[in-house]
Amino acid sequence: MQRVVQATEDHAVRARSEAIAFVVMACALVIAPMFAYPVFLMKALCFALFACAFNLLIGYVGLLSFGHALFFGWASYVGAHAAKVWGFPPELAILSGTATGAALGAIVGALAIRRQGIYFAMITLALAQMMYFFAIQAPFTRGEDGIQAVPRGKLFGFIDLADQTSMYLTVLVIFLGCFLLIYRIINSPFGEVLKAIRENEPRAISLGYRSERYKLVAFVLSATFAGVAGATKALVFQLASLTDVDWPMSGEVILMTLVGGLGTLFGPVVGAFFMVTLENYLTTIGQWVFVVQGVIFVVCVLLFRRGIVGELAQILRVKL
Amino acid sequence: MKRLFSLTALAVVLGCGCAQAQYSDGSIKIGVMNDMSGTYADLSGQGSVIAARMAVEDFGAAAKGMKVEIVGADHQNKPDVGSNVVRTWIDVDKVDVIVDVPTSSVALAVNEIVRDKNKVFLVSGAAASDLTGPKCTPNTIHWTYDTWALANGTGKAIVKTGGDTWFFLTADYAFGHALERDTAAVVEKNGGKVLGKVRHPFPGTDFSSFLLQAQASKAKIIGLANAGSDTINSIKQASEFGITQGGQNLAALLAFITDVHALGLQTAQGLIMTEAWYWDLNDANREFAKKFAPQFKGVYPTMVHAGVYSAVTHYLKAVEALKSDADGKAIVAKMKEMPTDDKLFGKGTVRADGRKIHPMYLFEVKKPAESKAAWDYYKLRATIPADEAFRPLADGGCPLVKS
Amino acid sequence: MFELLGISSQALFGQLLIGLINGSFYALLSLGLAVIFGMLNIINFTHGAQYMLGAFAAYFLLLYAGLGYWWAIIIAPIVVGITGIIIERLFLQWLYKLDHLYGLLLTFGLALIFEGTFRNFFGSSGLPYSVPPTLQGGQNLGFMFLPNYRAWVVVFSLAVCLTTWFVIERTKLGSYLRAATENPTLVRAFGINVPRMITLTYGFGVALAALAGVMAAPIYNISPQMGANLIIVVFAVVVIGGMGSIMGAIVTGFGLGIIEGLTKVFFPEASNTVIFIIMAIVLLIRPAGLFGRAT
Repeated sequence: MQRVVQATEDHAVRARSEAIAFVVMACALVIAPMFAYPVFLMKALCFALFACAFNLLIGYVGLLSFGHALFFGWASYVGAHAAKVWGFPPELAILSGTATGAALGAIVGALAIRRQGIYFAMITLALAQMMYFFAIQAPFTRGEDGIQAVPRGKLFGFIDLADQTSMYLTVLVIFLGCFLLIYRIINSPFGEVLKAIRENEPRAISLGYRSERYKLVAFVLSATFAGVAGATKALVFQLASLTDVDWPMSGEVILMTLVGGLGTLFGPVVGAFFMVTLENYLTTIGQWVFVVQGVIFVVCVLLFRRGIVGELAQILRVKL
Repeated sequence: MKRLFSLTALAVVLGCGCAQAQYSDGSIKIGVMNDMSGTYADLSGQGSVIAARMAVEDFGAAAKGMKVEIVGADHQNKPDVGSNVVRTWIDVDKVDVIVDVPTSSVALAVNEIVRDKNKVFLVSGAAASDLTGPKCTPNTIHWTYDTWALANGTGKAIVKTGGDTWFFLTADYAFGHALERDTAAVVEKNGGKVLGKVRHPFPGTDFSSFLLQAQASKAKIIGLANAGSDTINSIKQASEFGITQGGQNLAALLAFITDVHALGLQTAQGLIMTEAWYWDLNDANREFAKKFAPQFKGVYPTMVHAGVYSAVTHYLKAVEALKSDADGKAIVAKMKEMPTDDKLFGKGTVRADGRKIHPMYLFEVKKPAESKAAWDYYKLRATIPADEAFRPLADGGCPLVKS
Repeated sequence: MFELLGISSQALFGQLLIGLINGSFYALLSLGLAVIFGMLNIINFTHGAQYMLGAFAAYFLLLYAGLGYWWAIIIAPIVVGITGIIIERLFLQWLYKLDHLYGLLLTFGLALIFEGTFRNFFGSSGLPYSVPPTLQGGQNLGFMFLPNYRAWVVVFSLAVCLTTWFVIERTKLGSYLRAATENPTLVRAFGINVPRMITLTYGFGVALAALAGVMAAPIYNISPQMGANLIIVVFAVVVIGGMGSIMGAIVTGFGLGIIEGLTKVFFPEASNTVIFIIMAIVLLIRPAGLFGRAT
């Protein structure tokens, strides 16, 4: 009885610390445009969502996907195409992108889930690379040019997203909404099973859970959220390009999550903001960006495995 | 008495203010954006910043009381990076004119942004002829070269000098297709024949298979409709397979002197290409090159660098005449109105569709024995006069041109 | 999409031969990866960068020491192999107890560092390196002109691959290595220095990558990115062949080179993706790979 009470109390404490952190984050993001360039913030938010989606898979299911750019980038293309060529309003464009993410997630997941660990990573990488080559050749993506001049349109028919503030608030709402959804998924019975599978898959199977099914669903969810991020990004920058499907993009989202803290709720957000800020400062030094990213990878893997948020959570003894 | 004095003082101050030109934010800010560390770093890169600086110095901006700042950035050949940089430059850093931008995909993206924000875009590095075609804007001038001029120069001049059967090795992406299409049209229009074509994946590493097909076609000319490292690799491997020794000539549809430098004369000899400017054509160019090279790690200026110099010079003249750098459309209109004249390109004009007009040159790469010094790579095969070098105004499909 | 109609058997053989040549590179590279993975359970993402380092080493040897190709074939792999050993001692050894994914991330980071640094100093135009004089020219085989150098590539790769396979699968040293992977504690108890074997094995795998780089220098453009795109194809090769299997890597490498060559003839635009498509198919039918052992 004592232990159940303790567990429930722990859970309440955890939920409280996370709730506080969420409120702080939301407030900070609402007032941020007064201090920082809004386009920069929107970029960081899209990547934060992308990283959260990725984190769902690695942090809570234990699967390292090395090809997540595939979902992000293709959702970006479809969203851009929907807005520009099919004339969809922004909400439908983003939904099209999301659907693309989900569909691709199902196909890739079905192929990749068959293997685990490193094999899984390599398979996702190879499949993503294959889709990258498709993206170069498919006429609708316009190859190197990418889909340019994507119209932002009017949200729900009346909110003009060409206005920077409206766009920012839309992106913020999407981000916070998806963030809460991910939180809900993690802290649900489904999420608990996922964590069980990550801890000890054979035991979970012996308890009667069809681990393959759960992993596939988690994979599709992760791909779907990555799709939301991609489609939103296409509208923010009014551009969908090859960069979004290329393997360095997959590497970047891994780095963001690693730096922020794998398996923590806020880690990916912090990591995304950190990396986007860093890259902003580094544009003047061009390709040194790769070297810096590489150094951060090495340092994180060797010395800083918990990431920023992970270390913070450890120090404050809370769950973040 | 005191009132009169202060009123007079005020008038004097105001008077001085009005007499001077009002530059937005107090200075003219030039943003040179290109590939600083990738495939195009040598043909543009930091060299373009140097060229811009030399243009500002030669113009005598300081003596005329114009404060000019130059900033540079790397777009890494990616349209999203390029767009971000330009947006931040214009919104936050108050940059007034964007210069250079090789890689057509980036240039097209920047083209849109600069139009929306009414600044000026002077393209030197990029090739897409659409910039003076369907995508033309009143804020953009396409300075140095474009795919049409290259296709026309290389295609037409080669056919006229006997290279009348062609086989294309094309990079399988939009740019490669465009290059192939434009050149094939010119070849056929001038009486040549296209014997075949093959598309290689982009980016490619091994072209042996495709080169063999080209060899088997027995076409006199193998047209390389690709760029950058694809072109270099194709040429290298063609030499390896004895294609050039077998009597076929390679025509590089988009190549620069820096590519020839990378290949070495042994491999590149006999290569035919079109460029807008070469350092060894006249004394003024040679003098520029001698001054430029030590600043850019010994690399000699390419046509892209020369284009940047020329464009910045003309821009400064227009801004000086207007006494303002705020309205992009007005400046570009002025640049089209004034004829151009600088030491590198001589006299020329800027057309209504934003196309800068000057002659183009067909070059052949020298054999190693013919070259007397480093960077002495080209012999002039033909000069295409300015009025024939670029696509006719009516054919472009530019909305600015009233037909 | 354009095809050359009426592919004669002559042209076909020419393309097959070229496919074989490309396959040698795939085989050599996937061999190095397979050795490292099979023995150490590490995915060496740095492999592509080490391939690039091998090519650059050959270039530097020529430029600064005047040592040509034949010297480079021996010296470059050793030098790059030593850097591999340094990497293993400095970084990798701390990661064996952790999830294998960290090894992948670390080597990915190292690859970024190597490629980024070289990119900054050498741009991307590529550097010239010529075919060694003894191997220049070629044979007119009737159906195609075969450059001597390319023939040499096939022969040498085959020799290296088979020798490596033989050493690992059929000699005592090889069996120690294989035993050490399966049960390091037991093998240590027999007095064999397992950590040193692991280090040397990693160095050997890296040296193989560098060797492939030296061989590529005369025919492919030496540039900092030369390994980056190639490495992912090689990953696919290794997955198809079966991750732990040396012979699988060799056979798949050559086999895929040939298939890719054929694709270049009949459907050139797909030649980049055909290997991945095959990988997807193999995964559906035989998840462990063609020669792999199912886990």
